[in-house]
Amino acid sequence: MTPELKGFLLVSGIKVSVAFGTLFLIIAFVTWLERRVAAWIQNRIGPNRVGPFGLFQPIADGIKNFVKEELLPGQADRTLFILAPAMAFVPSLLLFAVIPFAAPLPVSFDFTLPVLGRFVHVGPVSMVIADLPIGFLFILAISSLAVYGIVFAGWSSGNKYSLLGGLRSSAQMVSYEIAMGMSLVPVLLVGGNVKLTELVRLQQDSLWFILALTVGFVLFAISALAENNRLPFDLPEAEGELVGGYHTEYSSMRFATFFLAEYGALVTMSALMATLFFGGWDIPGSWDEGEPSVIVSLATLAMFLAKTFFFILCYIWIRWTLPRFRFDQLMALGWKVMLPLVLTYIMILATAVWAFDTAGLAFGRTYVVALFGVNVVLLLAILWGLDRNRIIWGQRLTREGSV
Amino acid sequence: MTHVEIVFWITAVVAIASAFLCITRRSPVASALWLVSTMFALAVMFLLLDAHFIAAMQVLVYAGAIMVLFLFVIMLLNVGRASSSDMVGWVGRLVMAAIAVVLAAELWVLSRAGPSADVRLGAESVSQLAAEQGAVGMIGESLFRVFLVPFEITSVLLLAAIVGAVVLAKRRL
Repeated sequence: MTPELKGFLLVSGIKVSVAFGTLFLIIAFVTWLERRVAAWIQNRIGPNRVGPFGLFQPIADGIKNFVKEELLPGQADRTLFILAPAMAFVPSLLLFAVIPFAAPLPVSFDFTLPVLGRFVHVGPVSMVIADLPIGFLFILAISSLAVYGIVFAGWSSGNKYSLLGGLRSSAQMVSYEIAMGMSLVPVLLVGGNVKLTELVRLQQDSLWFILALTVGFVLFAISALAENNRLPFDLPEAEGELVGGYHTEYSSMRFATFFLAEYGALVTMSALMATLFFGGWDIPGSWDEGEPSVIVSLATLAMFLAKTFFFILCYIWIRWTLPRFRFDQLMALGWKVMLPLVLTYIMILATAVWAFDTAGLAFGRTYVVALFGVNVVLLLAILWGLDRNRIIWGQRLTREGSV
Repeated sequence: MTHVEIVFWITAVVAIASAFLCITRRSPVASALWLVSTMFALAVMFLLLDAHFIAAMQVLVYAGAIMVLFLFVIMLLNVGRASSSDMVGWVGRLVMAAIAVVLAAELWVLSRAGPSADVRLGAESVSQLAAEQGAVGMIGESLFRVFLVPFEITSVLLLAAIVGAVVLAKRRL
């Protein structure tokens, strides 16, 4: 092995362990956050006994889950029943590997260890575990695999409620995956690339993509909610109808693994939204550009975490505010509303991009602001169309209704 | 052996073993799972060829969508274990043998012919092209410029298949 390869392996190893260690901590924190916010929304107190503000509650839960008995139902398909929680959990961890979480850190070293030999690394370390050329396509591909855990959990339990949960999950995932993938096509149209570091750089140079792709962001946020099985889309585990859905037969740590997977996917989807539409680790203004330094890296990391936690809080807020859909409503929303909307949006945006290119408008701030104008018009049209005279002209409806 | 070759042989063995297990398992769900494993191995092979976009699509479309749809149908119909082998009687075995011979012949022809000149890349390597145009741009360039008409014809074919399926499935439209 060359010293450069060893240096690369050392840097990558440190990045992987630090990033995944932090991700685990964030997941634990989010489980606490969800219970506290839920309690706050419902006028309760929530977990506040273990540690300050109940912050060590996730640790207590973890210990409890580890020491409880693991049940294996008699009719279960043994192999798949044991594999299913891991199949749900691994994709949600893998997703984080391609998300850039801070500005490059200036680290250069050249040292020699007694047995291992010489390690060399030159230049700033990019703060992303793997900057794949396929960027967010990797995220779409891997997140589409998370469904296997749920489907096999439902199938292998040998329980009709679990089976129905798994069945619902597979139908729901296939339906919303299309809308989710399509809602990221506009990012490719505007950015011209799928590489996430490249997209962050483009947003740094111009403006955040939330302006250029407002409608796309709304569509992506809704389908990400459905992909994560969060309320109002948590049909696979609808406890009012299916006992516990796909995880009815699971207990102890295997049960907890499904929740780790859910919160892992929640964190990653929030991070992805921050990266694709809100500039990633970019701090507004040109302060964070130029020479990489430790302070800039830490500040951008804090900014990235702040954006991510903003979306996590939004998701928790949505969960404890909206009631669950009926299954036919879920399917109708996916196929009859989301898909036509996103296809129309792609066509209109592609036309706008083509028109700007023909007019000779180069990519930059003016370009993004012009696209924002297109988006505002579209957003108003969609709101007006979906509203069907219920809110905007509500008075007329009540007058006719009262007759 | 370079590290690319090592990875190739591992994925090749995994792909063939999973394909074999896929057609020999009695339980349809286990078969589906082994098919997913084959598709993963194929995706890794595409990665080895620097075809990152195709690899992502392989996982996203085949493993992530089509196989989930398969599983949905298997679970919806609650298909149990197949009681016996599909190769019943001498007619069945003869058909199997004929198909095997045809497939082997195809493999032989393909291994001799290689890709035609218009799909083969020029002097520049795939990784160089990918660095210039991005993983998606590379495919898009050839799909929507060089091979636009075949691409559109394929999409019309798929549309016809969808319409046909709806017509067959629904008695009254």
